[in-house]
Amino acid sequence: MTKSGIIGGIFAALCVGGAAGAFAVAWRPAIAAIDPPKPQSFDTNLVKRGRELATIGNCGDCHTARGGKSFAGGVPVPTPFGTVFSTNVTPDPETGIGRWSEAAFRRAMRSGVDRDGQHLYPTFPYDHFTNVSDEDDAALYAFLMTREPVRAPVRQNQLAFPLDHRVLVAGWKLLFLHRGTYRPDSTKSAEWNRGAYLVEGLAHCGACHTPRNALGAERTSASFAGGDVDNWHAYPINAQSPSPVPWDMEALFAYLRDGSHPDHGTARGPMAQVVGNLSEVAASDVQAIAAYMADMFGAPTPDRKRQGEAALAQAKSAPAPAPRANAPGGSIYAAACATCHESGRPPPYGGINLGLSTAIAGTDPRNLANIVLSGVRPVEGERSPIMPGFAASMSDAQIAALLNFLRSRFSNQPPWAGVERTVEEARRADTAFLQTSAGPRNAPAEASQRDKP
Amino acid sequence: MMILKVNGLTHQVDAEADTPLLYVLRDDLKLNAAKFGCGLGQCGSCTVMVDGKAVLSCVTPLVLLEGKQVTTLEGLGTISEPAPIQRAFMEEQAAQCGYCIAGMMMRAQALLQRNSKPTDEEIRAELQPNLCRCGTHMRILRAVRRAARLMDTADASPANHGSTP
Repeated sequence: MTKSGIIGGIFAALCVGGAAGAFAVAWRPAIAAIDPPKPQSFDTNLVKRGRELATIGNCGDCHTARGGKSFAGGVPVPTPFGTVFSTNVTPDPETGIGRWSEAAFRRAMRSGVDRDGQHLYPTFPYDHFTNVSDEDDAALYAFLMTREPVRAPVRQNQLAFPLDHRVLVAGWKLLFLHRGTYRPDSTKSAEWNRGAYLVEGLAHCGACHTPRNALGAERTSASFAGGDVDNWHAYPINAQSPSPVPWDMEALFAYLRDGSHPDHGTARGPMAQVVGNLSEVAASDVQAIAAYMADMFGAPTPDRKRQGEAALAQAKSAPAPAPRANAPGGSIYAAACATCHESGRPPPYGGINLGLSTAIAGTDPRNLANIVLSGVRPVEGERSPIMPGFAASMSDAQIAALLNFLRSRFSNQPPWAGVERTVEEARRADTAFLQTSAGPRNAPAEASQRDKP
Repeated sequence: MMILKVNGLTHQVDAEADTPLLYVLRDDLKLNAAKFGCGLGQCGSCTVMVDGKAVLSCVTPLVLLEGKQVTTLEGLGTISEPAPIQRAFMEEQAAQCGYCIAGMMMRAQALLQRNSKPTDEEIRAELQPNLCRCGTHMRILRAVRRAARLMDTADASPANHGSTP
């Protein structure tokens, strides 16, 4: 890829430009190995808090492979630069973090350096975790060190030269890692500050929802303007949000907590894991995240508000009989989609009224293509919506016809360009695999055990 | 008028482009193996094969079937000459009420045609969209494994009815 060629070039230049300086910048000492601490040596309340924090931080989703042991790593994370595999963060002394002291763990969280002094690739979102407080790092450490140790050697990353040299990450950090923990904003409420602390730190929402620059760093000037992850588009969570009905705090809370909202639909793709996690943590933290996020969206303009009300009114009125369309898109819609999406049942069990769908109103058809191809699979052990996938029964051209029909019928946005290509790419990316990549959770009984250590 | 190819025969059916395949199979062609369960593509009892892939016929409009070959359970075998998948389901007594079974067999058939030796995990993952309310899942799994063996060895000897998993 030429893009990665350019990036490689820039990295190489960076490297050559200051080889000697780079050493000074890049070198980090090893932190002495310790004997793995006994699980009983940790305070049970601290462990419990750590579990909740690890859930907010989505740690298990990246560090647990499909069908693998919890936190044993090995999940491939595709990036424009190559594939990076998540590491084993169980307390196994040889292949995990069993010999890491709390100081070593904190250094990894703060500045992306492992116990040996090696730089970690920023797929591990330490650019956010630098905001996590010492107390919370201690709780996370206690939680991880009391997990079942799993012997699982770390898989070799697949990165092209020169990106396979970790020393380059030091240069990246000079440019993009802003050290320092979260500083509260005294002009805002305690709830807002709690939300900001979580969103900007452990929950690392921006890792998906903020676009990245050519070097893979979040563009801080475009905070929450929408990003890309695993062939899904992470929608903007600011004034550019394409959601037909503007988001407010109440809707955000319900959506993040329950995974769906009648005016907005259902969280799927990588976001399904996030809402799954947030259903298990303290409601007050989800409330705080919603409060901060609502502020990021901002109050809707009167115009936007009016459009939202119109969309809702239309959705709630009896569905207008679909014009007996001769075009294939309309026929497909009538037989394959309308039975659920015009049923009038609220989500998660009824399909959302498509006039309220962000996927149809969004700037690119990727998410819609993913959903039509793979459907929405039920989540094990959760009350969750299902939708059949149509990959087996529809060709790319037929899905493109359907998508174009949906766009023209259910949004007032201009037609998308290159829909068929998007469908082709989505089919190739096999999102069904990616969207269900979360392995078994750490403990199925977590929610009911919340009050027990 | 639409042209529809089912089980090797070409039919002219008087239906609109947006008519679900299931309605035409049952109402017009009198092929009643595929069942109407939920009508929403959520239970799998209407599963048939289109060009070898398992498809939910209740949410598949005729417009999608131009030039394609539909196979229903009736196209696999007959009562006197059951196909391996049908034999395997009978030998394992995999049906209780039987409503889901035609769909189960069609999805399993599609799996076995592209993967003749699926693992248990693959069978479970593949059949995941098909629901059974009676709870004969373990027998269904055994039947699919047996069908794989029957197809593989072309072993047509009568089953041992005290079958083991």
